[in-house]
Amino acid sequence: MAEILTQKIATPQSAAATPPAGAPFIEIGNVSLYYGASKALKDISVGLGEKVVTAFIGPSGCGKSTLLRCLNRMNDLIDNVRIEGSIKIGGHDIYARDVDVIELRKRVGMVFQKSNPFPKSIYENVAYGLRLHGMKSKSDLDAAVEQSLRSSALWDEVKDRLHSSALGLSGGQQQRLCIARAIAIKPEVILMDEPASALDPIATARVEDLILDLKKDFTIVIVTHNMQQAARISDQTAFFYIGELVEFGPTARIFTNPSQKRTEDYVTGRFG
Amino acid sequence: MNTVTPGQYLPSATSDTARITRNFRAEKFDFWSFFFSGLTGLATLFIIGILATILLNIIVNGWSSLSWHFVSTTPTDLFNMKTTGILPMIVGTTIRVFIMTIFVIPVGVITAIYLTEYASNISIITRIIRAAVSNLAGVPSIVFGLFGLGFFINFVGKNMDALLHNPSTVWGRPALIWAALTLAVMTLPVVIVATEESLKAIPPGLREASLALGATKLETILKIVLPQALPGILTGGILAVSRAAGEVAPILLTGVCTYMVGLPHSPTDQFMDLGYHVFILSTQSNDIEATRPILYATVLVLLMLTFALNIVAIIIRARVRKKLRALG
Repeated sequence: MAEILTQKIATPQSAAATPPAGAPFIEIGNVSLYYGASKALKDISVGLGEKVVTAFIGPSGCGKSTLLRCLNRMNDLIDNVRIEGSIKIGGHDIYARDVDVIELRKRVGMVFQKSNPFPKSIYENVAYGLRLHGMKSKSDLDAAVEQSLRSSALWDEVKDRLHSSALGLSGGQQQRLCIARAIAIKPEVILMDEPASALDPIATARVEDLILDLKKDFTIVIVTHNMQQAARISDQTAFFYIGELVEFGPTARIFTNPSQKRTEDYVTGRFG
Repeated sequence: MNTVTPGQYLPSATSDTARITRNFRAEKFDFWSFFFSGLTGLATLFIIGILATILLNIIVNGWSSLSWHFVSTTPTDLFNMKTTGILPMIVGTTIRVFIMTIFVIPVGVITAIYLTEYASNISIITRIIRAAVSNLAGVPSIVFGLFGLGFFINFVGKNMDALLHNPSTVWGRPALIWAALTLAVMTLPVVIVATEESLKAIPPGLREASLALGATKLETILKIVLPQALPGILTGGILAVSRAAGEVAPILLTGVCTYMVGLPHSPTDQFMDLGYHVFILSTQSNDIEATRPILYATVLVLLMLTFALNIVAIIIRARVRKKLRALG
């Protein structure tokens, strides 16, 4: 089973702006999550499209980050967590008994809210994942690092100081470095947990432009507190409220003509 | 409607309260604040004073007796300044501290990694281990000496001799290796605690980032966590070395001797030791006046050796810190 995950999954044809007609790329089926006795996610079922940007929105504590972390099994690291239901990415159940979590995380990358570059050089940060998964030759590494940094719109700013410490970069640059680090190993899905919430508006705009650029090649799921951000960059939006999925659909419809009252109240700012 | 003119409630420029408020000084002298800050200053002076008295006494009295001959030759008669030398004691102390470090750092670091990264905080085994580490730190040094004798020499050593079919006792007697191991057991809590603190200081975000890229827990520990924790581990090493260099009780029963010819050649040899030599000079001498300068000089050398070991370790740690700060 593990070697099936190492092969590239054939992608169904899909239009970017509307949910795909065939089976969704990420299928979340009746997922419930328990922290000990308390139920944080209540029976969530949703299908996310491939090579589109899906936004998870909702007030604090509604479970959107928790669900995001289920997609690359980062919740496995927390004691006392129990998950029911199934999550399939590309048709394969990621919670199956014989799934190699390392492989899964190679193909489903994550960018965190607070940028966390390693205390190493910029080059070594991007090369870390590549080295982990076996790339050794210096020329290969150089080429891959350059390509990642170009794709994250960071190359021009750092090309002369690749071997200086990553901690010397500004907040926005560090976050773009974390994105470069995540895309260097060429995952299929990138999960972003409020990637721009700690950044100033200019850095935020750059990260958003980057996301719009990246969706050509990657499926992106982004958790955001910022509704305008969700409206700006996402194709599909899922609205969560206290552990439940309230509504899911194309972003344009969610923000202009939602079918649930709670969704309408949230996007118009009546609560949040 | 009430209006407030700007400055209406400020004291006028002529009153006393105005003068005080403008200078922001207290109206009267606060005795108790002064008293307590004075008290803390006095306490500090007191401690520095004691330390200075001890050090100055030793340096002034010992410096004149120090000579190159003294520190570089082996003694023929311990109590005579002309025929004594403390080279074997310096060598003995240094080697036993060195061997101890080789054992205590890996074991201590691995234990700390287990406690911090792998062990579940609520499990009973973790609690037993933590209790054992704290209690180990409170055991008196002489008890460690007895432990070394009973476990390392009489159990491990004697059984090694039996297994290796040695005709005479090679391992089952007091030796450098057993003294070093006893010291390692004694300083283990220090290394474990220092390592644990430095591991806990590393933000969990770094570990998450590494795991999210597809690293295993072990790879994350080896490539990200341990390099960051290195200064803290070295601190633990420094503390262990400082403690062990001056300890006499644990080595009393496990390998030190009053006099031997030449330097120790193998881990199964006994050894001489600076701290123990101070004890011998203080209690076994027939002529205290003649011995006193040797005593002072030995104490001075012991202090200098401990100081030197610390300095070396501190320099190594400073280099590691600088390297970590500059780049990865």
